[in-house]
Amino acid sequence: MREGLTHPLLLRVLSVALVVGAWEYAGRVPISPAFPTFQETFAAFLEMVKDGTLAKATWITLKPLALGLFTSVVFGVAIGTLMGLNRFAEWLGSPVFIIAQSAPLAALIPILTFAYGIGLTSKVLTVCIMAMPVIVLNSLNAVRHTPNSLVEMGRAFLASRAKLVTKIILPAASPMIFAGLRLGCAAGFVGVILAELLITPTGIGDIITYNQSIAEYPKMYAAIAFIIVFSVLFIEAIEWLERALFGRNKGQFHAERETVPA
Amino acid sequence: MQNEKQSRPSTPAMVQVRGVSKVYEGGVEALNGITLEFPQGQLTSLLGPSGCGKTTLLKIIAGLITPTAGEVHVDGKKVTGPGPERAFVFQDFALMPWADVMRNVAFGLELKGVKRSEREAIASKYIQAVGLKDFERAHPHELSGGMRQRVGLARALAVNAKVLLMDEPFSAVDEQTRRKFQEDLLQLIDRERKTFIFVTHSIEEAVYVSDRVVLLSRRPSRVSAIIEPDISRQDDPDKIRRDPAYLDTVENIWQGLKHYVE
Amino acid sequence: MMIGRFRVPMLASLLVWAVVWEICGQSGASLVIPPLSNIFRRIVEIVPTPSFMNALWITGRSFLLGNAIAVIIGVPLGIVMGRSLLADRMLLPWVNMFLSAPLSALVPVIMVLFGLGEKTIVLTVVLFAIWIIVLDARAGVKGISPSLVEMARSFGASPWQAFSRIYVWAALPEILSGIRLGLIRAVKGVVIGQLLVSIVGFGSLFELYSSRFLMEHFWALLFVLFIFAFVLNEILVWLERKVEYYASSRH
Repeated sequence: MREGLTHPLLLRVLSVALVVGAWEYAGRVPISPAFPTFQETFAAFLEMVKDGTLAKATWITLKPLALGLFTSVVFGVAIGTLMGLNRFAEWLGSPVFIIAQSAPLAALIPILTFAYGIGLTSKVLTVCIMAMPVIVLNSLNAVRHTPNSLVEMGRAFLASRAKLVTKIILPAASPMIFAGLRLGCAAGFVGVILAELLITPTGIGDIITYNQSIAEYPKMYAAIAFIIVFSVLFIEAIEWLERALFGRNKGQFHAERETVPA
Repeated sequence: MQNEKQSRPSTPAMVQVRGVSKVYEGGVEALNGITLEFPQGQLTSLLGPSGCGKTTLLKIIAGLITPTAGEVHVDGKKVTGPGPERAFVFQDFALMPWADVMRNVAFGLELKGVKRSEREAIASKYIQAVGLKDFERAHPHELSGGMRQRVGLARALAVNAKVLLMDEPFSAVDEQTRRKFQEDLLQLIDRERKTFIFVTHSIEEAVYVSDRVVLLSRRPSRVSAIIEPDISRQDDPDKIRRDPAYLDTVENIWQGLKHYVE
Repeated sequence: MMIGRFRVPMLASLLVWAVVWEICGQSGASLVIPPLSNIFRRIVEIVPTPSFMNALWITGRSFLLGNAIAVIIGVPLGIVMGRSLLADRMLLPWVNMFLSAPLSALVPVIMVLFGLGEKTIVLTVVLFAIWIIVLDARAGVKGISPSLVEMARSFGASPWQAFSRIYVWAALPEILSGIRLGLIRAVKGVVIGQLLVSIVGFGSLFELYSSRFLMEHFWALLFVLFIFAFVLNEILVWLERKVEYYASSRH
């Protein structure tokens, strides 16, 4: 009986039910005129799905997100790897990125707006400044911590520098690089939403601010819940991609080498 | 001392070490003026107390470490780095965890640019030779310590080097596996006709497998003695371990080394 | 990094960047990059002013209050999750979700429910800081060596005694680490909160400077914030180091 009570799936369902129930109750009380019930929110969500506003908004939001993440990943991994292989690059770049990782970079958004206006560029750059530091630092650490004996083995079997990097260092570094990608994506989502709330409202940010201004709270909450769930699924998808790329066999290798997010 | 011959070897030297010294940063003197010859086609052990620099010497011969003084010549040519005529077997296996057995064994050939079909054919042969047939697609984490070491050995054999350098290859496995390996090694030596240089801290192991045993003193290491066990290896492997010649040699070496431990 | 035989410390590269910034600023290459020297001058200028002090007071106390709430709720919650499989299985998926979710999306909700004042800022800080605090407290508790638990029971310790004399200390390194990471997130949270709620505290200053294109002032404010976050981090690292001596020998 005890076993049954603590079964993971049952508890997960139970906890979701509890949260939904609490939400519904809080909405009915109501704890605030600005707090809709779960039912109302869900209904608003379905409405936006049906009339296509949600899909359109997601598409608009995805543009700077995808562009920003792509740039961050390509440049971030490249810079981080370079810093991992070259002491001078590390000396030059490390302090900057370490500061960037703990600093509240969101504060730079107004400055970006001044420099690049209120268009797509600013939003893409916002995603970049939020996502790049963690990707760079993870790549740097991953490359620096390549097990010495593997590098030595590569040299013993006459690998050139280039082959050492592509056949040994990068594969060994990939679990940590992927962990960095996931963190970077999470940061990217924060960036794009902030950009939409602070620069000019477009996409999902627009749905949120517009409905907030006309007090259409169910739609506002629905959009917020949607983007949160969407970002979580997106990050899950990256983990799935990692598993697909590297196969079951390397699952253990990847699982052993990851770190807790900062 | 009837069981040991301390004469000059009559076979030509494949590896010549002349006046090699190694001082590490910080002033740690690992090796002091080592001059040695390693006859072709024979197995020579480097034996000595822990930390006496035998692995350092092996890696200098391999070209992975540069000596502070002195030179090493392999097959007449001076050693300036790793080369195709030498292959290394690592103490901690140094297998790539993300690659399967086939890829690991074929790695040396892969780095040389050998075509895939060709290198997999060669690798298959050696995978079978070390007794790992049917494990070609397994990954290191699915193998026991003994099996991983055999993969490392197969990899070193696959590149068909003239000199095989083995760094305490059997120290990371259990006693039964270790004994089996020693017996297998004797068969291997018989078949392969390569020059083997073998680092170990086990006296029994050195005497069991070697044609010559080089004793190194405690750091800073010098050549303390060279012993050629006069043991017939034609017999049943278990019989060797009870051969009086074997036991006497072991005892003599132990007596010689004992005063280093006290 | 070494130049010839001299070891050059990492922080020295910041000096290189400072020089680059100064040159960029002086050359007027970009309106948004004023010379570093001007920024430092502004810092000295605005810090002693009453409007700055007032903003610091408001934002500062919301920050501290928010973190205190996050710790008071988060640490016990994490401990409960670490010890109770039931609580863990029910709550962990939510904690993990909120840990990586774009929390900035929730700030409008807080704004709508609690208005545009300090309450919102405090809650934003709590929202950003609490998840990592919970997670690390949980990790600390889960990592307590079973033999310590057995030892406590064999010596007849009451649940409260076991908790306060043993478990808290055994889990302390991770708990402190979580608090430190929570503080860093809280700084990000308070900035985001202030950017969105621009009526009080630093938010009003941001709003003021940006609406009047006072770039130097804006950067000066940013620098003050960044330095504050850095100093805070260093204090906590120092604290963590104090308990580090036993951290690695716990298992």
